[in-house]
Amino acid sequence: MSTMIGPYEQTDAAKAAYDARWERIMACVRLEQPDRMPVGLQSFFWPATYGGITYKELMYDYEKAKKVCFDVVAEFEPDGVYPLLMGTGQGLALEKLEFKQLQWPGHGVGDMQPYQYLDREYMTPDEYDDFLFDPTGFYIHKYLPRVAGAFEGFDKLPIFPGLHYFRLVNGIRSFALPEVRASLEKIVAAAEEVNTFFGHHIEWTQRINAAGFPLFNGTNSVSPYDFIADYFRGATGMMKDLYRHKDKLKLVLDKAAVFLTKMTITNAKLSGNPIVFIPIHWAPDAFMSPKQFEEFWWPPFRKMLMGLIEADLIPMPMWEADCTKRLEVIKDIPAGKCIYWFERTDMVKAFEVLGDRVALRGNLSPSLLTTGKPEEVDAAVKHLVDDVWNKGGKLILDGAFGIPDETPVANVRAMFGAARKYAG
Amino acid sequence: MSEMTEQEKQLVEWLADMNEDDALALSNRMLLEEGADPLRVLELCRTAMDIVGKRFEEGEYFLPELVLAGEMLENIGKVAKPLIKQGEGEESKKLGKVLIGTVHGDLHDIGKNIVSFMLDINGFEVKDIGIDVPVKKFIEEINNYQPDVVGLSGFLTLAFDSMKETIGAFEQEGMRDRFKIMIGGGQIDETVRSYTGADAFGVNAVEAVNLCRNWMGVAA
Repeated sequence: MSTMIGPYEQTDAAKAAYDARWERIMACVRLEQPDRMPVGLQSFFWPATYGGITYKELMYDYEKAKKVCFDVVAEFEPDGVYPLLMGTGQGLALEKLEFKQLQWPGHGVGDMQPYQYLDREYMTPDEYDDFLFDPTGFYIHKYLPRVAGAFEGFDKLPIFPGLHYFRLVNGIRSFALPEVRASLEKIVAAAEEVNTFFGHHIEWTQRINAAGFPLFNGTNSVSPYDFIADYFRGATGMMKDLYRHKDKLKLVLDKAAVFLTKMTITNAKLSGNPIVFIPIHWAPDAFMSPKQFEEFWWPPFRKMLMGLIEADLIPMPMWEADCTKRLEVIKDIPAGKCIYWFERTDMVKAFEVLGDRVALRGNLSPSLLTTGKPEEVDAAVKHLVDDVWNKGGKLILDGAFGIPDETPVANVRAMFGAARKYAG
Repeated sequence: MSEMTEQEKQLVEWLADMNEDDALALSNRMLLEEGADPLRVLELCRTAMDIVGKRFEEGEYFLPELVLAGEMLENIGKVAKPLIKQGEGEESKKLGKVLIGTVHGDLHDIGKNIVSFMLDINGFEVKDIGIDVPVKKFIEEINNYQPDVVGLSGFLTLAFDSMKETIGAFEQEGMRDRFKIMIGGGQIDETVRSYTGADAFGVNAVEAVNLCRNWMGVAA
C-alpha cells in the first residue's frame, strides 16, 4: 500500500517513518519522552557546500537547489527539516522586486558569499506618528517604495481613507500615471516569480514528505521589537529611541504585536504546520539592560507568543547569541507549548531553568562545526546528551543556528552519527 | 582633572546619566553664551565617558548607552571644536595606535564602530579602515600607520577564514611581530582565536579596551 503526495509516492514504511519523526518533535513539545533524541536540520547555504554548487546557483537555479536540498535530507535523515528552499531560493523574485534591504550571492556580494542585510534607517524617528496613525498608509506611501524598487510608484497613490462618492472616482486617477503602472507591472512580474518559486518549494516539500521527512516549521515570524529595530529604525536608531522616543516606541511595539500575531496565524494556518520559527535578534544579554528587556522587548513578544499559543500554534523562538540572563524572564509562558532554540546560551543552564517549561533546540557552536574536528563534534554532542538529554531535557539537537555555510561535511556526519550513537 | 564647579559637575552627571536634552542644553549654554573654555568642556565629556565605561563594565549600561553617549559626545564636539583657538589643545599624548577593520567578505560594522568609539574615548588613537577590507589593504594601511594593535572584526562565519587568511598574510609579509592582533564579532570565541592565530579575542568593547591597555602596559 502507498499513498500519493503530489506526484510522489509515499510507501507505508515512509509514512510510518514520517509519523515517528513528527511524533518525536511533538513529544518534546509536550515535555514527554520520545523514543530517541530528535535532530533538526536547518541551514542557509550549506546545501550548496554539500552538493558542490555555488551559493548563487542555490539562489537562482530551482532544479539544482531542489536536488542538493533533497540530497542533504536523504543522507542525514533528520527528524524535522527547515524549509530549505525558503531560506535561499528567491534570487529571481528578489531581483524582480528590486529588493533593497539585502545583498545576496550574485547580487551585491560574490557568488560564494552569504546574505548581507543592509542595516539602515528605513523609518525616521519623526515618522512614528504616521506609522501609529495608519500603518497601512505608511507602508503604501513610504515604506514599500523605500525597501523595494518595484513599489517606487506607490508614493503617487491616493490617500485611501477619505475617498468617497465622486471623490473616490476622481481619487483613483493616479493609477493611470506611468510610474504607478510601471510599479504594478513590476509587482505582478515579481508575484508570478514568487508563485513559480512556491511551486518548487511545494514540490520539494512533497518529495521529502513522501520520503518520510516532515518540515519542521511551516512559517517564520519576527518579534515586535526586532521587527521595528531591524526593518524600520535600524540598529543604532532603535537604541537611541529607547531614550529619545520611548513612549511612541512602546505604542508602535504594542500595535506591531497585534498585526504580527494576525499575520503569523494566517500564514501558519495556510501552511498546515503548527510550528512557527522566530529568529530573535535583539534579546541577547549584551544588547540591553535587564530593565530595558523587561520594559521594551519582552512584553510585546509575550503578548504575541500567547496569541500564537491560543491559536494552537507552537512558537519556536531562536534566541540568538547569549541570553542566559533572560532565562527567568522568558520562562513566563505556559508549559508544553513552545520550543526554545538557543544559540550561545549554555544549554545546561537553559535546561536547569526551562526544562519543565519548553522543549529545547540547539546548539553546537558555529566555530566548532566550521573549524573543529569530527571527534570534537562527537564530544560536544555527547556533552549535550549526558548533561541535558539523559537528565530529562527535551532536547532537539541542531547547530547553534543550524549548519553554518562553510561546515565540512565530515562534521555534519559526526553530528548526526553521535546523536544516534549516544541518544538512540 | 582640576576641581569641578557645581555647573561642571551637573554637566558630567547629566551626560553620564543619559539625560541628553539637559546635557546638550547646558553644554551649549556654557560654550555659546557663557564663554566656557571648549577644551575644558571636552575634558568634562571625557570624565563623563569614563563613568559611562565603568557602568558598562559593571553591567549597568549596555549598547544603547554607548551609542547614545557617542552621539552626545559628537554633538558637543561639533559645537566645541570650532571654538578652540589655533595652537591650543594639541592632542594629548595617546596611549597607543590601533588600526581596526572588518575583514573581507563581511560588511558588518556596528560592533566595530562601538569598539573604535570606546578606544578613542579611552585615550587610544584609532584608525578605522572600514568594512570588507581586502588583505592587501590591511597590509598597506599597517605599513603607513604603524599601529601597536590591529583589530579584526567579523560577524559572519565566513570571517573565520578571512581572519586566518589576513593574519597568515601578515606572517608572510614578516610584519606579524610588529603589533598585537585582537579579533571580535558575534561568533568569535577561543576556538576561532586559536584557528586564526590572533593574540586575543574580546566579546565586547570594554574587553577590547582592556586588551589594548594591557598590551600598552597601561594600568586599567
